[in-house]
Amino acid sequence: MSNRKVNITPDTTWKETTPGGVIVDAGNAEDFKTGDWRSMRPVWHEDKCKHCLLCWVVCPDNSIKVENGKFVGFDYDHCKGCGVCTKQCKFGALDFVPEE
Amino acid sequence: MGKLVEIRWHGRGGQGAKTASLLLAEVAFNTGKYIQGFPEYGPERMGAPITAYNRISDDPITIHSNIYEPDYVVVVDETLIKSVPVTAGLKENGAVIINTSKSPEEIKKELNYNGKVYTIDARKISEETLGAYFPNTPMLAAVVKITEVVSVEVFLNDIEASFKHKFANKPQVVPKNMEAVKRALEEVKGNE
Amino acid sequence: MAKRVSLSGNEAVAFGMKQINPDVVAAFPITPSTEVPQYFSQFVANGQVDTEFVPVESEHSAMSACLGAAAAGGRVMTATASAGLALMWEMLYVGASMRTPLVLAVTNRALSGPINIHNDHSDTMGARDSGWIQLYSESAQEAYDNLIQAVRIGEHKDVQLPVMVCYDGFITSHAVENLEMLEDADVKNFVGENRIAPYALLGKEPMSMGPLDLPNHYFEHKRLQAEAMKNAKNVILEVAAEYEKLSGRKYSFFEEYKMEDAEAAIVVINSTAGTAKYVVDNLRAQGKKVGLIKIRVFRPFPAEEIAKALKNVKAVAIMDKLDGFSASGGPLFNEVRSAMYGVADGKIVTSYIYGLGGRDVTSVNIEKVYSDLFSAIETGKYEVYNYLGVRE
Repeated sequence: MSNRKVNITPDTTWKETTPGGVIVDAGNAEDFKTGDWRSMRPVWHEDKCKHCLLCWVVCPDNSIKVENGKFVGFDYDHCKGCGVCTKQCKFGALDFVPEE
Repeated sequence: MGKLVEIRWHGRGGQGAKTASLLLAEVAFNTGKYIQGFPEYGPERMGAPITAYNRISDDPITIHSNIYEPDYVVVVDETLIKSVPVTAGLKENGAVIINTSKSPEEIKKELNYNGKVYTIDARKISEETLGAYFPNTPMLAAVVKITEVVSVEVFLNDIEASFKHKFANKPQVVPKNMEAVKRALEEVKGNE
Repeated sequence: MAKRVSLSGNEAVAFGMKQINPDVVAAFPITPSTEVPQYFSQFVANGQVDTEFVPVESEHSAMSACLGAAAAGGRVMTATASAGLALMWEMLYVGASMRTPLVLAVTNRALSGPINIHNDHSDTMGARDSGWIQLYSESAQEAYDNLIQAVRIGEHKDVQLPVMVCYDGFITSHAVENLEMLEDADVKNFVGENRIAPYALLGKEPMSMGPLDLPNHYFEHKRLQAEAMKNAKNVILEVAAEYEKLSGRKYSFFEEYKMEDAEAAIVVINSTAGTAKYVVDNLRAQGKKVGLIKIRVFRPFPAEEIAKALKNVKAVAIMDKLDGFSASGGPLFNEVRSAMYGVADGKIVTSYIYGLGGRDVTSVNIEKVYSDLFSAIETGKYEVYNYLGVRE
């Protein structure tokens, strides 16, 4: 957050905010943690995963973390728990379980 | 405030009364006057009676209403005098200028007006000089002569320049238009 | 050097647009504004301007296209009237809140119904709270001058708001009058570089505009928008001062005509002010102490300044060329009377609704208003709410 040009928080005053609500920081949607919308949670079974990355393709929130062409985990800060990734997995590598 | 001349034009939609009023405004403007030229708009279409106005003055004009007590009334189509009260509000020391083949005396009988009446046969002049019925040019010349809003000499120079500009692509019609102007200046006649 | 010309209001505005040479004009024709995009599209076709002309299918689309172009960083202009402005309504508010400067020339015309194409101020007065700056014009000259100044006012970094330049339909739009036009180079120099571009979508930095704004932030953004309107007051005066140096013509929030020792005053907008000046001159020649205030800037509303200007009158008539249907006078009346509270108290303040749907306003009508005011001063008896020129 500190690298933002304008740091918009719930306490930002009218003198600090941007004209017309203009968003001047590209990609600042990342600052908004949508992970707490989740009631169901995707879980990864590494042993069954073929790293086909179709889960990455279908994820609407860019919450599948990939490194060097391999699945490495979920971005639980932003995953809303829609379950699309678990539904499409053909290898049983993704389970969908209730949040505790 | 210097002398303000107010003119009301009566014509029919499509006959060019509005254009004539704008031409008069332009002529006066070119001699350094302050001018207004504006039509009264309505739902009128081709053939319906229309009204247009001019104010011409040596000083800036701020008033923005229609004209109810004109110094001059110009009637571009004589059939209007049967249906439109063309002399309404016209000053007694003003004048009517009307496009007709009739004499001023005959027209005066038809109008409820005690002031001066001038006639000009713009149809005859335009048909004989221009080969078609374009009453605007002779009407304009007659109005200039009677109202004296600009001197005839200045008007002749100005209108010739404007014809040369307007008809740059067919210069052969310029002398014909000038002929129409000159005949109108001579032939407009009044009942004093 | 200025050029002395005779033009109609619409011609003056179209020629002004040509001299400004905006990046984009998106417009849809409506009487009596049609001639403005018509003349301007000829300039585009002739290659006399560099403008992208967008012929759209409605005024809602015209304003949408203009906002898009302005949001992208273009200098944008358009024109409309009456129902056309009404169809832009949704987008007017969006433009103001997105802080997209653009200039809209409005030929004031009555709103339907009954259907009427003639002049009154229902259209722009209805848009008075849309967040646009509103400049009003007595004549073709003022429409032209306001148009050029509007570019600078709206684009100023402390303002960044769209501007409406309003002038009376037919009375001003279609009447040929004398005016002075600036040289092309002087206008180009005066409006200068496009000041929007660096702060817009296609500017130096990536950005998003027009986002969803929930209760936690909307109010702050509106408060900031209100500040821009306050800032506009200084900017309008600065731009006017600079324009005066260029043109010799003086502009402010309003014009005070023979107000120095006036006992009876009229406050009025647009072309009727010219007719009222003629009446003031005649009454002054008879020794009557009468004056006139002609509003040029209605948004932002110069409340303190107007109250000060009315401090020494005994009676003032405030004239609205629309009925606000508030059952208590038109919007100009209410704003001026409210401005006077606590600053210019104890005056006779009356409302006149006049000239609806193009009803001609004559010098006789205006004389009646001054005569009413003097009668009120002498007898203390008067009606607050009046209709002028309606058949009783």
